Amino acid sequence: MNLEFSPEEQAFRKEVRAFIEENYPKQASADSLRDDMSAEELVAWHKILGKKGWSVPAWPEQYGGTGWTPTQRYIWGEENARVNAIMPLPFGTSMVGPVIYTFGNEAQKEQHLPGIRSGNVWWCQGYSEPGAGSDLASLKTTAVRDGDHYVINGQKTWTTLAQHADWGFFLCRTDPDAAKPQEGISFILVDMKTPGIEVRPIKLIDGGYEVNETWLTDVRVPVENLIGEENKGWTYAKFLLAHERSGIAGVARSKRGIEQLRDIAKSEVLDGKPLIEDFDFARKVSQLEIDLAALEITELRTLAGEQAGRGPGPESSILKIKGTEIQQRLTELALEAVGHYGTPYYRAVADAGSNEYPIGPDYAQHSAGSYFNMRKTSIYGGSNEIQRNIITKMILGL
Amino acid sequence: MDFNFTDEQTMVRDSLNRLVRENYDFETRRAAIESESGWRPEIWAQLAELGLLGMPFSEADGGFGGGAIDSLIVMEEFGKGLVVEPFVPTVVCAGGFFKHAGTDAQKAEHIGGIVDGSRIYAFAYAEPRGRYDLADLETTAKRDGDGYVLNGHKAVVIGAPWASHLVVTARTSGERRDRDGISVFVVDKSAKGIVTRDYPTVDGRRASEIYFENVAVPAEALIGEEGKALPLIGLVTDEAIAALCAEACGAMKVAHEMTVEYSRQRKQFGTPIGKFQVLQHRMVDMFTEYEQSVSMAYLATLKLGEDSRDRKLAVAAAKVRIGQAAHHIGQEAIQIHGGMGMTDELAIGHYFKRLTVFDSEFGNVDHHMKRHVALSSS
Repeated sequence: MNLEFSPEEQAFRKEVRAFIEENYPKQASADSLRDDMSAEELVAWHKILGKKGWSVPAWPEQYGGTGWTPTQRYIWGEENARVNAIMPLPFGTSMVGPVIYTFGNEAQKEQHLPGIRSGNVWWCQGYSEPGAGSDLASLKTTAVRDGDHYVINGQKTWTTLAQHADWGFFLCRTDPDAAKPQEGISFILVDMKTPGIEVRPIKLIDGGYEVNETWLTDVRVPVENLIGEENKGWTYAKFLLAHERSGIAGVARSKRGIEQLRDIAKSEVLDGKPLIEDFDFARKVSQLEIDLAALEITELRTLAGEQAGRGPGPESSILKIKGTEIQQRLTELALEAVGHYGTPYYRAVADAGSNEYPIGPDYAQHSAGSYFNMRKTSIYGGSNEIQRNIITKMILGL
Repeated sequence: MDFNFTDEQTMVRDSLNRLVRENYDFETRRAAIESESGWRPEIWAQLAELGLLGMPFSEADGGFGGGAIDSLIVMEEFGKGLVVEPFVPTVVCAGGFFKHAGTDAQKAEHIGGIVDGSRIYAFAYAEPRGRYDLADLETTAKRDGDGYVLNGHKAVVIGAPWASHLVVTARTSGERRDRDGISVFVVDKSAKGIVTRDYPTVDGRRASEIYFENVAVPAEALIGEEGKALPLIGLVTDEAIAALCAEACGAMKVAHEMTVEYSRQRKQFGTPIGKFQVLQHRMVDMFTEYEQSVSMAYLATLKLGEDSRDRKLAVAAAKVRIGQAAHHIGQEAIQIHGGMGMTDELAIGHYFKRLTVFDSEFGNVDHHMKRHVALSSS
């Protein structure tokens, strides 16, 4: 057993760090990642990586992957987190992309994979519905075959950043009479410019608009947009959810978050001393760091298993649960650190434009908003209750 | 021992409950907090008419002879409706200062203005670098002839955009964080040299950064004794904390009820999610946290009139316990609501936000835990 990175891996770290330092667009930092950023800002790094051939490291090499080992990919993630990079959004690169190269036909691969790699085509995910959240298989959106087309009707929700999307991947019911709800679902790619699609923003509790309701009314989609076999969409969806979970631990980003938290606590003052010197607060930061260390090693163990050919199994649910709890706790402590200055609604202030007197320190600006926003992480991607159900069934065998 | 409200108190609660239900439904509240002024003076006028603004003051001072229990009743009902009107800054804080330390002339002028609803006050105590220490003041008040000149920056002054007057803590002598040398002043907000930056807060209220730039005030602006105000400030903030604890209890009660109701309505896997034992137990834990909080709000309120050590211990304990409960209940309410809990459209997120801000008002859990440790080991 050995925790050291090999000389090759250390050389790799040097190489990617140099590349990031030289090429990362300086103005784009995830510190300021907001839903009202322009689409260009959000995909700037993706496009640079696309040109370099590094936008989809995890893909098989034949489809444009880098051929990096899981450890190298981990290092890549860490190095990007160092600069708080806005990474390629997951909808194309880690969700629909892998589904297309695994289950799609040649024409679909040719049509869609280049745009996902380059960042030129923006994807969104049409899974959840108002009545189908944790119980995704109860979805009601229908796709009815009509000649060479499917006609899609229904309502999707929580479609993240669909306001910018060129394409979407949708789960639709194609066989309403199937014996089990999981059967009779198909996985269909939809051009978001197709008539009959309406995207309506949903305002969230932090005041942002990152998710939408997507209404589909008689949307005609060519049958060649069906992925794999009709009525087998659930298999592909499950495959995708496993992929979604494996990146969800967010260890590298949380490490960076702890550094930022310590910086805030060094600036904030309690009894004339930096807050970080207050034992009660410092203890909570250390507790978080300890939890993160455990998660990091757990993730590395999972990675090692993956490197040895054992794919991410139900253990990835542990990564999701602990990863999101840590992300939430981080924002909670940052909010606590800024004291009174967590209270102003900075977003409304920024929208109003006036900036005569600044309100509080810069680092306080997103404290409450981030705390509110991050409550979503234990809900999305399969809620943490669902993750516990997965472990119960798949690992405990109960 | 008696945990019952008097008939009169029950009547007050019922009429207030009706007022909040009839005037403070979620959509009406939303329209009000998003309006330019962000509040409804007509609600304030109704509170004055019902006599609620005069309740905690003695009849000799022009009030209706109630006390802290009446404030608890008011604030619990306000918490249920997420009422934004500034009862705590005006009636509990400013009113408290005048009640405990005002001269006859100050009482006549200020308590009179509070009771009839004509004057709104904000309590400017927090500073950018003071955190929760009431004595950590950089704002100064220097003697100048018969009066004083104020300089400094007060942070996140809740309700200040609506206020006609400010109650301000300032240092008249000594060094930052000295226990001595602190005084309290009442200042007309339109006084020359006061600059404000107004903004909304995440929990739907309004606040201001307030800059005092050579603000001249007369001698009569001083409340209580010069340089000796810290115990008075401690008493008034303890009263404010007790009132906020009651408000948090009201908000937690509704957040819990909404969550239980949602779990009845929301079906997944062919059954209401409230049938899942894992969620049932979590909602039971929320309920337990709420009940423990109510107990602590009562304890703090009932100890307000007592010997100062007992009072401080009880208030610190309540702020710790209710601060913890507010976090727990707020977070669990969102989680059990799932994605819907994240939306601005549902009321639950607004309760969560109010309960989040509650913890930072007049000292968070850690602050009051330290206070409790210091008191109980002395």
